[in-house]
Amino acid sequence: MRKVAIVGAGMTKFVRRALETPKELAFEAARTALDSCGMRLADIDCVAHGTAPDAFDGIHQNGEYLIDGCGGWQKPTMRVYVGGATGVQAVIHGWYHVASGQFDTCLVVCEEKMSSAMPHAQGFFLTIFVHTTERPLQPNLLWIFALEMNRYMQRYGYTKEDMALVAVNNKRNGLKHPASQFKEEVTVEDVLNSEVMAYPVSRLDVSPVSDGGAAVVLASERVARRVTDKPVWIEGVGWALDTAYWATRDLYYPRYLDRAARMER
Amino acid sequence: MSKRVAIVGIGWAGFRSTTPEISYREMIFEAAAKCYEDAGGIHPQEIDAFVASSEDFMEGISIADEYVPDQLGAVLKPVQSITGDGLQGLAAAIMQIQTGQLDLVAASAYSKVSNLSSYERVAAYATDPAYIRPLQENPYFIAGLEMDRYLYETGTTRAQCAAVVVKNKYHALFNPIAAYGAKITTEDVLEGPPLSTPLGKLDCSGHLDGAVVVLLASEEKARRLNKKSVWIRGIGWATDTPNLDSRLAGWGSADYARLAGEKAYAMAGITAPRREIDFAEIDDTFSYKELQHLEALQFCARGEAGKLLEQGFFIAAGGCPVNVSGGSLGVGYLHEANGLHRLLEVVLQLRGEAGRRQLPGVKMGLAFAWRGIPTATGVAVVLSSEEG
Repeated sequence: MRKVAIVGAGMTKFVRRALETPKELAFEAARTALDSCGMRLADIDCVAHGTAPDAFDGIHQNGEYLIDGCGGWQKPTMRVYVGGATGVQAVIHGWYHVASGQFDTCLVVCEEKMSSAMPHAQGFFLTIFVHTTERPLQPNLLWIFALEMNRYMQRYGYTKEDMALVAVNNKRNGLKHPASQFKEEVTVEDVLNSEVMAYPVSRLDVSPVSDGGAAVVLASERVARRVTDKPVWIEGVGWALDTAYWATRDLYYPRYLDRAARMER
Repeated sequence: MSKRVAIVGIGWAGFRSTTPEISYREMIFEAAAKCYEDAGGIHPQEIDAFVASSEDFMEGISIADEYVPDQLGAVLKPVQSITGDGLQGLAAAIMQIQTGQLDLVAASAYSKVSNLSSYERVAAYATDPAYIRPLQENPYFIAGLEMDRYLYETGTTRAQCAAVVVKNKYHALFNPIAAYGAKITTEDVLEGPPLSTPLGKLDCSGHLDGAVVVLLASEEKARRLNKKSVWIRGIGWATDTPNLDSRLAGWGSADYARLAGEKAYAMAGITAPRREIDFAEIDDTFSYKELQHLEALQFCARGEAGKLLEQGFFIAAGGCPVNVSGGSLGVGYLHEANGLHRLLEVVLQLRGEAGRRQLPGVKMGLAFAWRGIPTATGVAVVLSSEEG
C-alpha cells in the first residue's frame, strides 16, 4: 500500500447565505487548496468530490454540474456521497485513488449550499425518509436527533446541561477560526433557554445550516516530498454504514462509527 | 496495473420496461443473491466493502445512499455511494482492492425508472440553473443538437445512424433479457416520428428497470473462489463540462470517451484497439452515440464508423462485433446501471455463457458507458478471460 499525504488544503468562509453559486464555492475551495501548496490544475491527476444531497442545490447530477468549479474538467472525476459524512468520505475516497497506485495526485473538493433551499433546508430532509411508512408522518432530521439525544441521555444519565457544554465548547473554539460562521460566545444558560426545536433538542444544540466549500490536495509519497516539507500523512481510513431501518437500531450507540474506527488499514 | 483485480461473480434482475410487482430494493436483493451464488456461494458477511451508484432525483429520495446496505447484506459494513455510472462505482471498487486493504468488494447499480412520471423533467434539473435551465431545454433537444453537429462534422448520414438501430435491435432478438428487440429496417427508423431533427424517436433507447450486482476480488482471493474469473485489464474514466457551450472539442465530439479510452488502453497495454479487442459493448443511448463513441475509442478514424457499419464490420459475425447484447437500443436504457449491463454482457461472452449470441473464441472485450444528456462523463473498461 502506498503512503499518501495531504499536501495542500483550503476552504471558503462558511456563511448563512453565500452570494456565490455552488460551482463558485467549489472553485474557491479548490483554488485556495492548490495555492496553499503551489500546485496548478495541470499537476492534478484526478478529482474526487463530494456534496449531498442534490435537493439542497436543486440540481440533478450535481456532481457533473460542479465539475468545472472543482477543476475536474477533462479529468477522471468521481463524486462520492454518504449523507452528512460525505466531507470525510470524500477524503477517504481520494485516498483510495492515490493509495491504489492509479494516480499520484488527487484534488478532493466538497461543497454545500444549503441556503438555496427555501424557506429552510430542513424541509428537504422530509425527502430522506421512506415514502410509504415514514414520510406521511412529515418527520425531519430534528425528530431523529431528539429521539437519539433522549435515548442517549437516558442510557448514560446525562443531563441537558451536560449536552449544552458541547455547544458552549465548540462555539467558543469556532471564535478563533477565520472561516467560522458563528461569531458569538454562548453560555450553558443560553443553550438551555434557546427555543425548543424538538425536545430535548434546543436551537443552540443544533449546528446552523451553512454555505461553503473545502478542499485538500492528496499526493503520493514521491510527489509529497517534492511539494512540501510539512506533509500530513493519512495513517488509516475506516467507514461503515448501518441499516436504513433506523427505527430498529438502538439509538444510544453509533455502531457504525465503532465499526469504522476498528477497520483495519 | 499495480495489482490485479478479477470479477468473480455477477447477477442481474428485472430488465423489463416496467416492474410493478417488485420494489427497487427487492430487485437489488435478487441481483445480489444471484451474484453471490454465481461467485460460488459467498455469504455477504465475507464481503469487505460495497459500492453503489445512484442519483437522488432518479430515486425520489434524498441521501439515497442510506438505502443501500440492507438489500445487499451490507449492514454495518463499509458502504459508499457514487453519483455516477455503475462502471464508475466499479472503478472505485477496483481502487479499494488495489490498495491491498480489501480483498472482496461488491458494486451495484439499478434503475427503477418506471417510477418516474417524467424523466425529461428530472433530466432538465441537471442543466445549469442560471444559464441553461431557463431555456427549458428537453434532453432530447440537446441530443438533437449534438447529433446534427456530429453528422455535419463527420459526413456521417442519418441512414448510417439508422443502421445502428437496425443492428442493435436485431442483435437483441438473440438476448433473452432484451426488452426492445425487433426486426426493423433503416426506412422504419428514418420515416419514424421525429423527436428533435435529425434525431428520430427510434434513434433513442427506451427506458428499462433492472439491477446488476458484481463482485470483485483481489488476485489471491479470485484464485481461491472461482475458476471462471474475468480479469480487469484496464479502466479509465473522464468528465468534460456538462455545458455544451464550453466544451473544448465542440458539440460534435465525445472527448470524454477519448480520454477514458486512452487511460484504459494505456493500463491494458493496448495500442491498436480495433485489432486487439475482440468485441465491444459501447454506449448507444442514441444511435449516433455508438458511432461517435467508436471513433473516440479509436476503433476507426473520425467519420469512418458509419461506413464500417454499412460494410457489416460491427455486426455479430463481423470483424469487431459491437453491442451483440442489443445495447441500450435493443435491451433498454438502465440509467446508472447502463455500464454494469455492458459489463454483464462482456463477462458472459468471455466466460462462454452468452447462449445463442455467444461469439466464438473471444478473449478481450471492452465495455464503455456514458452518463447521458447533459453530462460528458464516460467510463471504459477492458476485460479479458486471460490474466495478462
